[in-house]
Amino acid sequence: MREITYRQALNEALAEELERDPNVFLMGEEVAEYHGAYKVSAGLLERFGPKRIIDTPISENGFAGLGIGAAMVGLRPIIEFMTFSFSLVAFDQVVNNAPNMFMMSGGQFNIPITFRGPNGPAHQLGATHSHATENLFASVPGLKVCTPATPRDAKGLLKAAVRDDNPVLVLEAELLYSSKGMVEPPDEELLIPLGQAEVKREGSDVSIICYAQTVPLALAVAAQLEEEDISAEIVDLRSIKPLDEQAVFNSIAKTHRAVIVEQDRAFCGVGAEICYRIQKNIFDALDAPILRVSQEDVPIPYNERLEKFVLPNADKLMAGVKKVCYA
Amino acid sequence: MQRLEQRDEVEMLALMLLIRRFEERASQQYQAQKIGGFCHLYIGQEAVVTGAVAAVREDDYIITAYRDHAHALARGTSANACMAELFGKATGCSRGLGGSMHFFDRQNHMYGGHAIVGAHVPLAAGMAFASRYRGEDRVTLCFFGDGAINQGSFHEALNLIALYNLPVVLICENNLFAMGTSVKRSTSLKQIVDRAEGYDIPGEIVDGMNFREVRDKLTEIVGSIRKDPHPAFVEIRTYRYRGHSMSDPASYRTKEELEKYRLDDPITRLRAQLTREGKLTNEQFDQRDKKAKETVIASVKFAESSPELPVEKVYDYVYFNGAVEAGVSPAKRQESAAAAAAATE
Repeated sequence: MREITYRQALNEALAEELERDPNVFLMGEEVAEYHGAYKVSAGLLERFGPKRIIDTPISENGFAGLGIGAAMVGLRPIIEFMTFSFSLVAFDQVVNNAPNMFMMSGGQFNIPITFRGPNGPAHQLGATHSHATENLFASVPGLKVCTPATPRDAKGLLKAAVRDDNPVLVLEAELLYSSKGMVEPPDEELLIPLGQAEVKREGSDVSIICYAQTVPLALAVAAQLEEEDISAEIVDLRSIKPLDEQAVFNSIAKTHRAVIVEQDRAFCGVGAEICYRIQKNIFDALDAPILRVSQEDVPIPYNERLEKFVLPNADKLMAGVKKVCYA
Repeated sequence: MQRLEQRDEVEMLALMLLIRRFEERASQQYQAQKIGGFCHLYIGQEAVVTGAVAAVREDDYIITAYRDHAHALARGTSANACMAELFGKATGCSRGLGGSMHFFDRQNHMYGGHAIVGAHVPLAAGMAFASRYRGEDRVTLCFFGDGAINQGSFHEALNLIALYNLPVVLICENNLFAMGTSVKRSTSLKQIVDRAEGYDIPGEIVDGMNFREVRDKLTEIVGSIRKDPHPAFVEIRTYRYRGHSMSDPASYRTKEELEKYRLDDPITRLRAQLTREGKLTNEQFDQRDKKAKETVIASVKFAESSPELPVEKVYDYVYFNGAVEAGVSPAKRQESAAAAAAATE
């Protein structure tokens, strides 16, 4: 194992998959000559050439559709959205064409495509550039959605996404590109199956269910809670769809309490689905109502203090955990 | 440019008859409530798709919008599979899961059947991109209506197609109406073909009621693309005799206008051309027409007696898990992977 950044992990995943399969290509705004708006594709143009690392005009709907068409006839495109906030411009392609084709064609056309890019609120980008899109996309049958929080998960999930025969969205955490973590050496194949959660920290008093940018938040809060003698277990979903509900149930069977911390809004959200499944399947295991920490139900304001108030943060999570622990 | 043999023209006339008889029968079956959802008929436009398929190879890619029954039939999908699809049966070309607007036939290189106006034009760009990526000389024919040319996805796709110089023939089937809105009320241009100019794509206007003109023009364009990949645009002027869909009485146009186009019927026209040239007798025509009618009647019987997919099967069509579906040839996939590998090396 060695320590690399989240950005570097994604870069390695791209390079390895491009190397492995000539049908894989990377397309998006600024991915080639500029090396990616977040430098995730640094060096790939030089290594794989302009045939496979392709800059596009600002036409998300157009190039998302181009990728789907190429996938219909056997290529395996990786389409980068500069941010998933811009994927909304391509919503019709991502929601109507990619996941529906298999059903509509009676099973003749599956779409092996990866849509990837940063997702979730970053820092003071205002309402249009701060979307967490997992709730929107996870509600669409035919799509798979993963949300890596660590460099290791980013690499393993992206590689798994490229090899999947269905449309997969890799929602990268915009704030975590420079974060570091331990990852297997490049000569060791790292694939993390879609739909497999991971316990990032063992605990016995409360389960904190989290994903993407809320994982480091939950880990930091867990460290603080430790000092107050509350032992929190951190369950990182890693994928939103398919959802590893068993991992959630296993943790709650142990702790009997749960707080769900999501980077998206609460209404019709990921946490709502998880709450439903918990009460349906392991109602008797609960010693307290489940609590959710999410965005406030407002467009994200630019003002730093207001933005911090709107987003899930350590104070809210801490208070939530104490409430379900009756502490 | 080598012209098609006389025999082939009679075959293409027979195909136009099959399309027309199929659509008439579909209309009847729709009214009898055997067909659900929306149903958009191609009657009047037959020369467009027939002329186009006469100009391409069997392995060229074809993709279209929702008025798609004719495109599947022209591509070689059986009337049985088409009618069964309308009936929602498991023997349909999309297993009864797509319906009228979503006809797919992988084996015959018919890539849909797309019902969001303009949303398939980027897909066509991707298919042509893949041909170019693999170094194949395939051409993609992308059909769309006059209503699509004001949609954002159309414009984004045209720019990408021109920018990457992709081997696509953009075929605008201009039947003068986007649903009930005439081109004059929807489009700022005097003529649709001028849209292509904005993207530096060569464009031409073609008489869509004349099979020979469509075929010859497309043959010339496809030949030139095959030699040196590039995009092209044709505005094919045509007319649909029926309403936009089965529920539309088409009260937005006059009887006189409809009559004018009926007199210029593409089937009557090709028939007259062939008869004048001594290549087709009345008996031969009647024989072909009778055969078309019989084929279509048989397709209704086939559709009626076909099974539906069991309800629990719906879950099998959400994610592809490597199972081999009818029409999905893993060998073909491997072949294309190998070709891509060779092209990259």
